[in-house]
Amino acid sequence: MQSNYNVLIIGGGPGGAMAGKAVVDAGLSCCIIEKRPAIGAPVRCAEGVGHEISELVDLDPKWISSKINGAQLVAPDGQILELNPEMAGNEVGYVLDRKIFDRELVWKAANAGCDVFVKSRASSAIIKNGKVCGAIIETGGKTLEVHADVVIAADGVESKFARWCGIDTTVPVAEIETCVQYLMTNLDIDPGLNSFYLGREVAPEGYVWIFSKGERTANVGIGISGKMCRDGKRPKDYLDAFIAEHLPNGKIIELIVGGVSACKPLECTVADGLIIVGDAARLSDPITGGGIINAMYTGKLAGEVAAECIASGDCSKKALMKYDVAWRDSKMGRGLKRNYQVKEIFIKLKDEKLNSIVNSVNKLDMEIFDTKYLIRELVKYNPWLLKDIGTLRRLLD
Amino acid sequence: MIKVFKMLIIKREVCGYCGACVSVCPEGALELVDAYLTVDPETCIECGICSKICPLGALEVKNAE
Repeated sequence: MQSNYNVLIIGGGPGGAMAGKAVVDAGLSCCIIEKRPAIGAPVRCAEGVGHEISELVDLDPKWISSKINGAQLVAPDGQILELNPEMAGNEVGYVLDRKIFDRELVWKAANAGCDVFVKSRASSAIIKNGKVCGAIIETGGKTLEVHADVVIAADGVESKFARWCGIDTTVPVAEIETCVQYLMTNLDIDPGLNSFYLGREVAPEGYVWIFSKGERTANVGIGISGKMCRDGKRPKDYLDAFIAEHLPNGKIIELIVGGVSACKPLECTVADGLIIVGDAARLSDPITGGGIINAMYTGKLAGEVAAECIASGDCSKKALMKYDVAWRDSKMGRGLKRNYQVKEIFIKLKDEKLNSIVNSVNKLDMEIFDTKYLIRELVKYNPWLLKDIGTLRRLLD
Repeated sequence: MIKVFKMLIIKREVCGYCGACVSVCPEGALELVDAYLTVDPETCIECGICSKICPLGALEVKNAE
């Protein structure tokens, strides 16, 4: 490890890997450090992504566990809402194999010239005159000072680096989705279909998912709000009950746990000499919990903006703000804002109201499906939506 | 008046080392180091938020002996 790089990246997930590739492609030196001994493992993810991932990287079939042609939403009363490809839009995509996918993204960065160190972790930030200038790195029993013009914090939901730089990254209790997932086999499922189960009894303020991993195999998981979690009512308790009822013959071959933030993004995702990306910036989708594509997009953008700012000799917060402004103004940023509002509505809905919504969506003409049409029709059948919730009115404008 | 000292216990055999607790800790007292979880007892205020949200129930605020 050198003692100086143009850019130092904390974390070797999809966000860090995309950032690393963008920095070296711009002709600058870069180092990714990953605290785990392996890239991509252990998995802490349901692995689902929309088809738009292909806008960020050329998809390799060996990263894909399953191609998803459709989804179904199961209401609390058991009614099924089928989302076929024409209407599901972005929700149709792939279930990845993250152990392979994450590793290959880091390989791409490494092959382009980026340094990579595993089982190496940042233990504090180097800050001079209020500017982030690097990190103290613990690796193989040694403690090193690594200096950089820009540090990119891509250290995930358990992020500490931004906090060490004075940024409050605390996720509110009500806005952490606490999750457990099993990789299960011996399941009678349609390999091209992902399923979502809703309801207070199934997953309070969250959902159960079955994401196909190919023939007879799936990620079966649950996320519930931290607010609803307590002894005897933890996500594992709900998931075990769901499996006993719906998938009694399934065999569990892997246990995966994790937290997903469903809060607003950090108020500001840059500081002097620092850019924060992906889950560390609280950029996972507040409704779906999906974060892979958002991390990849912001990682790439962070790498590009860091390279530009280094070339122009100004890595101040003001200069790096270009990154913050760009993602907030992107399709992703606008989507996060909208979905946060929609989430705020949905977590308050009682099961009867969810049933009523699914029932009315099932009556719709799917040929003319779009979001505004959906909301307008929903309100027609469920006028209480407007009375109860002013936010929907704004979404109609 | 007797002051009761509390402390956060990490049940290592239950913990899944996911880091969900780290994200909700208001004091920054928890850290996922490689593949294990640590708590800094000097920083921890024993608020119990991490214990509440843990997916597996691996954290517990206990009265210290």
